[in-house]
Amino acid sequence: MELYQGALDVPTIFNRWLKEENSFNYGAYIPFVGTIREENEIEALSFDIYEPVLQQWFDEWVAKAEKLGAKVKMAHAIGDVPVHTSSYISAVFSPKRRVALELIDEFVEDFKANAPIWKYDVIDGKRIYAEDRSTPMSGSGLLA
Amino acid sequence: MIKVEFLGPIGEESLELHANTLAEIATQLQEIETIAPWLSKCAVAVNDQMTSDLSMVLKSGDKVSILPPVCGG
Repeated sequence: MELYQGALDVPTIFNRWLKEENSFNYGAYIPFVGTIREENEIEALSFDIYEPVLQQWFDEWVAKAEKLGAKVKMAHAIGDVPVHTSSYISAVFSPKRRVALELIDEFVEDFKANAPIWKYDVIDGKRIYAEDRSTPMSGSGLLA
Repeated sequence: MIKVEFLGPIGEESLELHANTLAEIATQLQEIETIAPWLSKCAVAVNDQMTSDLSMVLKSGDKVSILPPVCGG
């Protein structure tokens, strides 16, 4: 798992991941790129991350992938990320395509639901919490 | 003392509370006007481990983190 201040350098990270896994005889490599869309007059999105819990979440996925003979990777941005640049990339490597196709789906969807990352719209330089697009994590409401 | 920290957009300073269980933390947080509305949609971690056990016993020096709704990517 890799965290970066600001927008991700997508080609550089993907190329490095490819080289890192080159000798492991994986038959399938599926990358996913999340790009900031221009909408609702935003100039950027901005992100807060709670790294200790994110690392645990990611480590659980590494273990889950390993049982399938696969490997997951991800990188995410911290702070402001301008429109048309990338805040999040992930990838799955596996011996066969079917495992990778299914795993990338589950991995990205669980990331959206349970990774401790908070998103803000940046409009006129102000950060506004994207509450309407956010999802309570599993187990929410325990203290209510 | 138990440290309670509020992550992401909650925007509140950390608190130091006396409590023996997570349930006692809940009771105290429910009385804070600016925090109470968040509780129904927040998840909880104790010492950076996510938990769903309200009866969890706490000891001095433990850290409770309050995690509001998320949206990565």
